[in-house]
Amino acid sequence: MPLDQALAGRTFASTPPYTVSVEKIAEFTTAIGADTSQGAEVAPLTFPIVVAFRAMAALLTDPEVGIELHNVVHGDQRFAQTRPIRAGDEITATLTVDSLRSAAGMDMIGTRTEIASVTGEHLGTAHATLVHRGGGK
Amino acid sequence: MTWETHHEFAAQTYVVTRADLVRYAGASGDFNPIHWSDRVAISVGLPGVVAHGMYTLALASRALTSWVQDPARVVSFGGRFTKPVVVPDDDEGTEVVVSGRVTSLDDGIATIGLTVTNRGQKVLAKTEATVRC
Repeated sequence: MPLDQALAGRTFASTPPYTVSVEKIAEFTTAIGADTSQGAEVAPLTFPIVVAFRAMAALLTDPEVGIELHNVVHGDQRFAQTRPIRAGDEITATLTVDSLRSAAGMDMIGTRTEIASVTGEHLGTAHATLVHRGGGK
Repeated sequence: MTWETHHEFAAQTYVVTRADLVRYAGASGDFNPIHWSDRVAISVGLPGVVAHGMYTLALASRALTSWVQDPARVVSFGGRFTKPVVVPDDDEGTEVVVSGRVTSLDDGIATIGLTVTNRGQKVLAKTEATVRC
């Protein structure tokens, strides 16, 4: 079953505030093998995926949407950065389905996740295309 | 920092082992078993455990950051996941090579095209960054 076209344009609930710690930045930086000798005040470029991933869960686990999680492949990922995320930031992520195209048994779900501080400062936008097999026909 | 169009950055080589994937799973929160269980990876048609696409993209971002120095200058960054990076269950792991060059310069913004390969094959497509000069 292809996903319902009504999904396009839908915005999901924002993630609860996430406080970015020096320890979390150091953990992520070490995990990608990068240097932490200069400290871990500034998060690596792809760090926003930590909260973007949580925002994605709202879409992927919503029973009314009907996505089968094991059939989802990450197609692409892009980040627009307003400023780097820093230790001490309290951030939330809000996902919107920008586009939905179903063809040949696949749903191509274009998502946009806005990442902002709880004080309303825009920090960046994460764009992901999720490919859901089992749609189409 | 000023670059000419077609400036080539020094290619970076990163070794990826199973231990790196376990560490990345924990740090990122992506516990999809195809990144740590051969049984599950093979059951979905993969040759074995594969790296998270986001781990490979993070390695590309690591190279980018080494070239541009200050991450605050990066306006945008991303890529498309086209081929999985298969990571063997041994101590040697597999190598991911990231190269890059300035493809255009426009009004203080440099576009950098990145090429990310594993075992001689491109694993990401359309990997690109825009950076303030």
